[in-house]
Amino acid sequence: MSGPIVKIDGVAKSFGAVQAVAGVDLEIARGELFALLGGSGCGKTTLLRMLAGFETPDSGRIVIDGQDMTGVPPHLRPVNMMFQSYALFPHLDVANNVGYGLKREGVAKTEIAERVAAALALVKLDGLGARRPAQLSGGQRQRVALARALVKRPKLLLLDEPLAALDRKLREGTRFELVRLQEQLELTFVMVTHDQEEAMGMASRLAVMKDGRIVQTGTPHDVYERPATRFVADFIGVANILQTAPRRWLALRPEKIVLAANRPATAHAATGKIVDIAYEGDRSLYRVAIGNGPVMLVAQMNTERVRESHRRGDAVWLGWSDDAGQPLEE
Amino acid sequence: MTIGRARFAFTVLAFGYAFLYLPIALVIVYSFNESRLVTVWGGFSTKWWIALFHNDAMLDAAWLSLRIALVSATLATALGLAAGYVLARVPRFIGRTLFASLVIAPMVMPEVVMGISMLLLFVGSDQLLGGPERGFLSITAAHVTFSLAFVAIVVQARLADFDRTLEEAAMDLGATPWTTFVTVTLPMIAPALVSGWLLAFTLSLDDLILTQFVAGAQSQTLPMRVYSSVRLGVDPQINVLATIVIAVAASTLIASTVLTRRIVDKRGAR
Amino acid sequence: MRLVIALPYLWLVVFFLLPLGLVLGLSLATNAPDLAPPVELGLSFASFKLLFTDDLYLAAWLSSLRIAATSTLVCLLLGYPMAYAIARATPPRRPLLLMLVILPFWTSFLIRVYAWMGLLAENGILNQFLRWSGLMSDPGTILGTEWAIHLGIVYAYLPFMVLPLYTALEKLDWSLLEAASDLGARPLPAFLTVTLPLSLPGIVAGCLLVFIPAVGEFVIPDLLGGTRTLMIGKVLWDEFFTNSDWPLASAVAICLLILLVGPILLFQRQQQRSLERT
Repeated sequence: MSGPIVKIDGVAKSFGAVQAVAGVDLEIARGELFALLGGSGCGKTTLLRMLAGFETPDSGRIVIDGQDMTGVPPHLRPVNMMFQSYALFPHLDVANNVGYGLKREGVAKTEIAERVAAALALVKLDGLGARRPAQLSGGQRQRVALARALVKRPKLLLLDEPLAALDRKLREGTRFELVRLQEQLELTFVMVTHDQEEAMGMASRLAVMKDGRIVQTGTPHDVYERPATRFVADFIGVANILQTAPRRWLALRPEKIVLAANRPATAHAATGKIVDIAYEGDRSLYRVAIGNGPVMLVAQMNTERVRESHRRGDAVWLGWSDDAGQPLEE
Repeated sequence: MTIGRARFAFTVLAFGYAFLYLPIALVIVYSFNESRLVTVWGGFSTKWWIALFHNDAMLDAAWLSLRIALVSATLATALGLAAGYVLARVPRFIGRTLFASLVIAPMVMPEVVMGISMLLLFVGSDQLLGGPERGFLSITAAHVTFSLAFVAIVVQARLADFDRTLEEAAMDLGATPWTTFVTVTLPMIAPALVSGWLLAFTLSLDDLILTQFVAGAQSQTLPMRVYSSVRLGVDPQINVLATIVIAVAASTLIASTVLTRRIVDKRGAR
Repeated sequence: MRLVIALPYLWLVVFFLLPLGLVLGLSLATNAPDLAPPVELGLSFASFKLLFTDDLYLAAWLSSLRIAATSTLVCLLLGYPMAYAIARATPPRRPLLLMLVILPFWTSFLIRVYAWMGLLAENGILNQFLRWSGLMSDPGTILGTEWAIHLGIVYAYLPFMVLPLYTALEKLDWSLLEAASDLGARPLPAFLTVTLPLSLPGIVAGCLLVFIPAVGEFVIPDLLGGTRTLMIGKVLWDEFFTNSDWPLASAVAICLLILLVGPILLFQRQQQRSLERT
């Protein structure tokens, strides 16, 4: 089959007076790891819940694999979800948690056992089938939730903040693990996250949402290097936003700027004074005041070990090339 | 905790528990009293125990009470489950406010008022419909009405702090709303249902006032029997009965506490 | 889902709401001792008039309210320190301590009241103890007095006071007390300005749970109180069973309801609010 696996057409949803999703159009291709990225209250979770069937759109259509799913209840959708809280059934052991969905399909007992074992092996939890969720660590619980959602071989796997409940160390490893599984199983993942690093690091494509609308869709590289709006430029990573003309701006990433004692040989240059330095080990962030004008943020790798390259109060030159910045109109 | 505060806490609790348990302890002790005079110790004896087990009127009453309690507790649990579920999960329907008040009101309604109103209902239905005869049915209906409130409250409270994503997860995995209820919701609130049932059972077994109003001439429940005996003064057989009731209540409560503990431990205390 | 709503709804309308309507109807009827049932339906306020003019009934109302109020207060004074001590005990000990408070509630109410009969009688265990110990050579009889009724109510309803108080106190964040003392509050002012206001919902719920049933109490005044003390629950009972005056008993019930409607609504609102908060 071809065509997008998910097609969202003018979907809107309000809760009382609050408009959670305000007209979203989106297509997601087969085999993508797609991220919905945005701050809290941007509508990303509501959109995900509409894909799962927990919320019904007020208007618009949701088509999954060519079938209109708009009014279909969650239990009849070929979609499974990994919940942010994992939502593991505390009264069932791990095997019964993972096998729950297969049992509902009426799959034979022996096949359930096989598929549960395979799913547990896939997430590297072999032999833990008899444990209760309460006896597992946070990372193990997350994998049970993943196995439970994967075992039904859904056309679409939804992940609600998949890494939010893990501690920092675990998060790194799990990120790569999820991407590996997604590629290995050739599934389509749609994940929701508020963490731009997570979205950038995992997604093949992402949509940035704000106030119930999608502001930009693209690959992580696209969105970072060519933000469409000032909001995106500021939300994804850090950007210096310089006004160049009325209603015209330039987004300039800190690492695209050269900082030097003498005028660099770049197309654009300006002098300023260092007002602040944040030493981060591998690199330092400098806040440089340009005359009485804006304060620019500049990142420089600390390639020299012995001495600090610049000090607070130093007069310095900033330089950037012609294509370093992204012009913005909004 | 400072020494002074610990001593204060100990004194308060020791005094409080002594107040709660001394009278009960005396009732138990005097059930083994030789003397007929309940307040004078005449030596150890089990004769009142034997007498009670040959007291047919008392045993019949106990049997009737037990039957009523079983049926009414089960019915009250079913209806209370429905009522509690509706209160916790259906935010809007016509007449919800009235419904919520109706569920809680029997809990705080003076029993004499409920008693007289229930009797009037049965007298009225007897006049209009020629039945049902007052007795087992009328007593059971009365008990269901006031104990279903307690079950509903327990169920509602349990459902209120219930993680609803569990139900969503079940539906997401292909369970219909009904299967979701049976495989996820029901097992999760089972402890609440058990304690609700036990509460309803105890309330039914213990009720005197409502029962006295609606019982009719033929039926006598255990509390009615005890009441008519006690009105005439203290009776050693009642001490024996009290001892049995206390023993059963204590062991049931301890067993259910241990059981819930085990379930909670298994599921993690989250 | 409609059935799930309809079943309990219908049950409560038929077995609770409708009967209350019948009581209202009957309170306006007249007594007819020769009929069976002994009522003549109509629209008469005679029963209510009697209730408000006869000194005996007025005295019964007043003593019911007085006894219920003082018993509730005593329950609070006794129950609050208990609930506080349990809430501040180490967490593993709390379930046991709490269970010990609940246990009497699971035994028979009637039997718990009965227990005091043997204790308080003229030749009862308490008096025997007083004489034996030489504390009092001629103790009066407590059984049959208002003292006995107070004792009985406090004893029977103490668990209802302790439980909501404990629930409120257990939720209390004790670091608030530490903050208060850090800011210079001595223990008593800290208690009065922090603990007490934060446990107010528990105090209100506990007091209502004791006060409401105590006003209409029948068993305790009947078994422990004498003929001198009249409480309204006993009046209703006697009018109904002894005098067979159904309309008058119904009128008493209606008045009792009107009297308690404020406290009952207050309790309901609190229940709903605390449930919605969790």
